[in-house]
Amino acid sequence: MYSERILCAGFGGQGVMSLGKLIAYAGMLDGRHVTWMPSYGPEMRGGTANCSVVVADQPVGSPIVTTNATCLIVMNLPSFEKFQHSVSSGGLILFNTSLIDRQVERRDVLAQPLAANELAAECANPKAANMVMLGAYMGLKGAPRLDHVVKAMKKVFGDGSSTLFNQNMKAVRKGMEAVGKVTASKKAA
Amino acid sequence: MKGNEALALAAIHGGCTHFFGYPITPQNEIPEFLARELPKAGGLFLQAESEIAAVNMLYGAAAAGARAMISSSSPGLALMQEGISMLAATEIPCVIVNVMRGGPGLGGIQPAQSDYFQMTRGGGNGDYRIISLAPATLQESAEMMQEAFALAQKYRTPVFIVSDGMLGQMMEPVELNKSRSKERVAEQPWILTGHHNNRSPRTIKSLRLDPAELEIHNLRLQEKYKRISQAEVRFEAYREVDAELLFCAFGSTARIVKNSVDDLHQKGYRAGLIRPQTLWPFPALAFRSLPKSCRSVICVEMNCGQMLDDVKLAVEGRVPVHFYGRCGGMIPEPEELTARALDILSGDSQ
Amino acid sequence: MSVIFSKTSGLTETATHYCPGCTHGIAHRLVAEVLEELGLLGETIGCASVGCSILSYNYLNVDMIECSHGRAPAVATGIKRTVPEKTVFTYQGDGDLASIGTAEIVHAAHRGENITVIFVNNAIYGMTGGQMAPTTLAGQKTTTAPEGRQPEFSGLPLKMSEMLAQVPSASYVERVSLHHPKYIRKAKKAVLRAFTCQMEHRGFSLVELLSTCPTGWGLDPIDSLEWLEANMIPYYPLGVFRAPEEV
Repeated sequence: MYSERILCAGFGGQGVMSLGKLIAYAGMLDGRHVTWMPSYGPEMRGGTANCSVVVADQPVGSPIVTTNATCLIVMNLPSFEKFQHSVSSGGLILFNTSLIDRQVERRDVLAQPLAANELAAECANPKAANMVMLGAYMGLKGAPRLDHVVKAMKKVFGDGSSTLFNQNMKAVRKGMEAVGKVTASKKAA
Repeated sequence: MKGNEALALAAIHGGCTHFFGYPITPQNEIPEFLARELPKAGGLFLQAESEIAAVNMLYGAAAAGARAMISSSSPGLALMQEGISMLAATEIPCVIVNVMRGGPGLGGIQPAQSDYFQMTRGGGNGDYRIISLAPATLQESAEMMQEAFALAQKYRTPVFIVSDGMLGQMMEPVELNKSRSKERVAEQPWILTGHHNNRSPRTIKSLRLDPAELEIHNLRLQEKYKRISQAEVRFEAYREVDAELLFCAFGSTARIVKNSVDDLHQKGYRAGLIRPQTLWPFPALAFRSLPKSCRSVICVEMNCGQMLDDVKLAVEGRVPVHFYGRCGGMIPEPEELTARALDILSGDSQ
Repeated sequence: MSVIFSKTSGLTETATHYCPGCTHGIAHRLVAEVLEELGLLGETIGCASVGCSILSYNYLNVDMIECSHGRAPAVATGIKRTVPEKTVFTYQGDGDLASIGTAEIVHAAHRGENITVIFVNNAIYGMTGGQMAPTTLAGQKTTTAPEGRQPEFSGLPLKMSEMLAQVPSASYVERVSLHHPKYIRKAKKAVLRAFTCQMEHRGFSLVELLSTCPTGWGLDPIDSLEWLEANMIPYYPLGVFRAPEEV
């Protein structure tokens, strides 16, 4: 039974909230039950931001992922230190080595390093590091579907600039390539 | 769209014309959304100087015939209670949303259910009751919001929507019924319109200095509350038919309990859930006829045991009633509920 | 024989409960006459507040709503924002407006609500039995200031009209007195200007009426009128504190 509990964390401005929304929205298009829940209040003003995403075959109970995460997508050091122990054994930690100069100490999880900022800069948009992380997540998990992410992107970001959309999609593919799974999803694009 | 925004949009679809708000976390998306969208729908958004002023603006607007609502979060609701008592006494139809957070005092801003008493025990002074609708999903939040105005009109009463920081902040798929209620508040014999020199003046009042007159008024209100208790009780029963252990939980907590119920079934235990959708009137009848299989009941809340009182009153001592609560903004995980349930089922209830 | 004076149709036939010598009756009559003369009785909604005047809905021939203590300006806001074409007023005493309801009155003025406020200032809580109000004069004896108000302990009396005149969005603020027919005629003009202000969509208008409370003050009606003139007017000067142009 499919049940993904994802925690996305980073600095405000790194786009972790929209990263989470894209996974949730595309997960809904995949035909699953989804929830998205942001951290809120003064915590947000301190600079770190995080959101919980649950994607499952069953209706979602608690939308808040603070323990037993199946995946942590983490984009800065403070969040890395705060949340690396929130992942359950056998889970995935996808971490942005551009801003995290540590290694995952745990041996019971799959640790996937990714220089997301550098990879995003190669796509002409350094701000798209979150999209690189998204691509890597899709590459490793095989979900959500790329065509659903395309639809989700229009929903989450609006039908704005096509340049930005193309840069974002390029960054998503870059992330997929980085984890070596680009071929599997090529047809969906 | 966040839960708060879905609620606000559903209010517009439900025909809300006037909203009075004051900032407080975690309900801010409701006034923010309505400040943008209500004027586009021909309505009015006004920011009040306090929750006390907001509830009194609501009182004035609804008395003049508006389909009006306000929203706040726990400490703000406490401030509004004076006005809510007045709204109950004067029988003004309106909708009040509480996006609950932890207390007492300023407490915290994370999700909690510690206003169960505040939402079901009056809160303000005097003998009165308010219909309290408690959604558990965003879909249900939207549906209840739209229905709340109809209930308010039907019984001439304020109606509470009892949400919390989790339901307010989260996103999940919702299908909105977009057919905006065109129904206007019909000309009623109590709405203040000015007498146009062709009828005697109308008065909306709560003060009755003659005890006999006040008693008659109160008994009439009680009669109305009795009718509501008979007609408007709502609850969801989930896997309860052959349950050995019956959970009782409302709102966001009930979502988590459902996961635990399923988990217990997978482990081979028969657990079920009674989820009150109306906190008042409380679905006592769901407990009057407990399934024969039921050996114990456990009430789960994000507080230190408030609905527990109503569950105990409804169970009337026939089976033990246990409690499991998290508070202060802590959210229970299905695993801890399952562990507690297994303790009870194995007879180790302490 | 021709009728040279008749009671205004703005007042009902109900006899008031006010004490002998109380000026609430005069204040009611001024509001009723002005609304009648403006042809607004059928188009007006009044907000009664907590205090002696809470039963004013029994005496004024207009639709009225009873408000919790101090909240009348917020209730009036809700009404006016729903039916802006109606004339909306509050009728508040000094305990209600100057003590528990300071936030509501200041913010109604602050928003420039197009309502009229009739503020009856008799320097005491009348209904509850003569306790000290924010408007009680220095040295004035009340049941909660048995030795007289001591400014070093309770502060100096609040001057609401002066205070509200400073609010940028307030439109018209005037203080008048009800202790003498000459002043009552002036008071009526002020009430008329206040309601006219609302009809002309000029925003927040307030008339403060200095009034007597013989029972609360422990004086007979005549002495009360003299006490008002000798003690209240020097501290609460009469006059227009704020007015829109060409009203």
